[in-house]
Amino acid sequence: MIHVGLTHFLFISSILFSLGIFGIVTRRNAVMVLMGIELMLNAANINFIAFARYGNFGLQGQIMALFVIVVAAAEAAIALAIVLNIYKIFSTVNVDEIDTLKD
Amino acid sequence: MTEFNLIQIAVAILFLPLVGFAFVLFFGKKIKNAYLFEISIITVTFILTAVLLFNKLSWFPDKNIVSEFSWIRIQNLAVLGNISIDLGFLLDNLSVIMIFTVALISMLVHIFSIAYMKGDRLYNRYFAYLGLFTFSMSGIVLTHNILMMYIFWELVGISSYLLIGFWYEKKSASDAGKKAFLVNRIGDIGMFSGIMLIFNTYHTFTFDKIFTQMAAGTLPFNSEFWLTVTGLLLFCGAVGKSAQFPLHVWLPDAMEGPTPVSALIHAATMVAAGVFLVCRIYPILTGNALFIIAVIGALSAVIPATIALTQNDIKKVLAYSTVSQLGYMVMALGVGAYKFAFFHLITHAFFKACLFLGSGSVIHAMHHEQDITKMGGLKKKLPLTYATFLIASLALSGIPLTSGFLSKDGILQGTFAFASLTGHWLFPAAGFAVAMLTAFYMFRLIILTFHGEPKNKEKYDHAHESPFVMAMPLVVLSTLSIFFWYTPNPVNADAGWFLSKWIKSPVLSVPQNARYSFMKTDVVSSVSKEGIADINNSTTVEGKEIVYSEAYTEAMHHAHYPAMFLSLLVAALGIVFAFIFYYWKKISADKLAADIEPLYKLSFNKWYFDEIYNATAVAFTMGSSRFLAWFDMNIVDGAVNGVATVTRWTSSFTGKFDSVIVDGLVNLVAYFSGFIGLILRRFQTGKVQTYLVLVVFSLVIILYLFKTF
Repeated sequence: MIHVGLTHFLFISSILFSLGIFGIVTRRNAVMVLMGIELMLNAANINFIAFARYGNFGLQGQIMALFVIVVAAAEAAIALAIVLNIYKIFSTVNVDEIDTLKD
Repeated sequence: MTEFNLIQIAVAILFLPLVGFAFVLFFGKKIKNAYLFEISIITVTFILTAVLLFNKLSWFPDKNIVSEFSWIRIQNLAVLGNISIDLGFLLDNLSVIMIFTVALISMLVHIFSIAYMKGDRLYNRYFAYLGLFTFSMSGIVLTHNILMMYIFWELVGISSYLLIGFWYEKKSASDAGKKAFLVNRIGDIGMFSGIMLIFNTYHTFTFDKIFTQMAAGTLPFNSEFWLTVTGLLLFCGAVGKSAQFPLHVWLPDAMEGPTPVSALIHAATMVAAGVFLVCRIYPILTGNALFIIAVIGALSAVIPATIALTQNDIKKVLAYSTVSQLGYMVMALGVGAYKFAFFHLITHAFFKACLFLGSGSVIHAMHHEQDITKMGGLKKKLPLTYATFLIASLALSGIPLTSGFLSKDGILQGTFAFASLTGHWLFPAAGFAVAMLTAFYMFRLIILTFHGEPKNKEKYDHAHESPFVMAMPLVVLSTLSIFFWYTPNPVNADAGWFLSKWIKSPVLSVPQNARYSFMKTDVVSSVSKEGIADINNSTTVEGKEIVYSEAYTEAMHHAHYPAMFLSLLVAALGIVFAFIFYYWKKISADKLAADIEPLYKLSFNKWYFDEIYNATAVAFTMGSSRFLAWFDMNIVDGAVNGVATVTRWTSSFTGKFDSVIVDGLVNLVAYFSGFIGLILRRFQTGKVQTYLVLVVFSLVIILYLFKTF
């Protein structure tokens, strides 16, 4: 029986984080990029919970995770509104076509 | 009337003409009759001077009223200590008589000018200038210190300049103005140096304080020689202003000014200022200084008198006569006849002003003809002018019953006494010669102008007697040429109120052994300190006043009758000769002139003074000016240009340095930045995902670098 320790959680969390980054970097659709961000937030959440479970921090980790979920919801709402606006202006949600930051 | 009232009146007398001047100058163009204001101002001034004269002579005949205030006060100076430069008034008999004369003649000239200057383009401004002149002249007369006197002295100079050059469109008039101004400057430089010497020694400008300190033994550089020099330098101012030899050349040229101006400034008042100055500083003049003054006076009396013999311009004759008479006064001062010099100054002011105004009347009647050879027979046309002119000429020639006889006789008596004491018989000789010449040229003038046949029929027919405003001053002035105003005795002025009560000889402050031998006071103690402090010597008890030794008084007394008869004789001779030459024509003047042609030419060409000055002083000045101009153009400008060239060269070098090196560096930096920018812009894709990749890579790198595991 393999004992599931902190390291396993952290591995999962880093894999999840990397997937999130990968999603953000490779996907052209802005919605998919947002999903990548959500993955990264959740990876962070796993870290919080794991440290809360194995460290002696009381309930702080869980509470922080709850905060992150709330912030993620808010962020998703705002980000989707931005995406809608981008679509209105540029008629696309492809991130690589929107390079006006260059100018 | 208290003393304070008198001072108040004096202040009013001084400043009223200034008010008139300013008013007419500023409003003359807007108000057509502004000149009437000036004339009423001057009339008020005259009335005030009359009040001043009357009250001073009746209530304070022996008192000097001084009122002063500190103008500049500097304390704790390194060399001089505490200095206070005071301004103030000094009312003594000398100044009140002088101010009365000035105001009276000024008023008469103002009135005379109403008609004489009628129709002139700058009518109002003319009166403004007259006001300025009266103001400045009053300042000279009333002041109690030599600094203020110098300031007003220069103001008089400038008003004289303005009035001589009043018809400045005429080249000769503007030239004459310049000449007068410049020649006066020469004298004034001397005077200024004298004032500086005085100030350097006594640290004050006030006359009384100077005299007191000098009597107490303070001398410039502790030497009598420098005292003489100081006196002579101050006298230089008088040489310029009173047109004494060798600076007399400006006065005849000054006749280019309007004739009333000549009467006021160049006959009666301004030129008398020089004599007045010498009277004021008389106590500091040493025997040597006085002797040189007497010599200059004698030369100034003789030379112009000979020139006046042959001049044909009516004003030129009078001008040379003025120089000659001023020389008389200066000579009288030089030989110690102080009272008579001042007496002659006053009497001469009246009759010479009368002569000038009379000549103005003639010129006016003849429509600006001044050549006496073109006149003649005017007696019938201008009876009043003739009568007044004759009275004034008699006074100038020294005929009894006139004021001129008294004063001139006094001067001759003084020279006579001086000669008998010191043996310098040339002074009385010069005096009597001048007396004869004066009588001769004055009657030549009268005969040619008023007698005989009219030479210019057309102008003669148009001649007319002058209007009332011109005739009135003539009558007043000729009346003042009668003896009665000065003394009850027509042959001896000594007992008269003018000389015995009003004018007193000053007490000398000069050390005993620097004086004329006959001016030494025998009893040293009699020169008390109270007496010295007072230039009119009024505080000493009468009878104890020892100014000149008994010898001089005695000599004057002895000289009285010989001098009187001799002067009468030479004057009569002069008149008789004038009649022989020009009236009866027994001897032809032209023939005589041809016989002694060199002498005649010398006199006619004014002893070639102008030519000599042109050849020497003027040529030297012009030459040195040219040299300085050349020096300026070549050396100074050359140096400036050289500096400019060097600067330009340096500038072009630094310019090159700037554009090549400095700009090159800047451009290089810019280029380098541009190059880096060119590379870096590749990273700037504008795509968020690229940035993110970069961020992640960087994070990884940073984490690797700062790893703790």
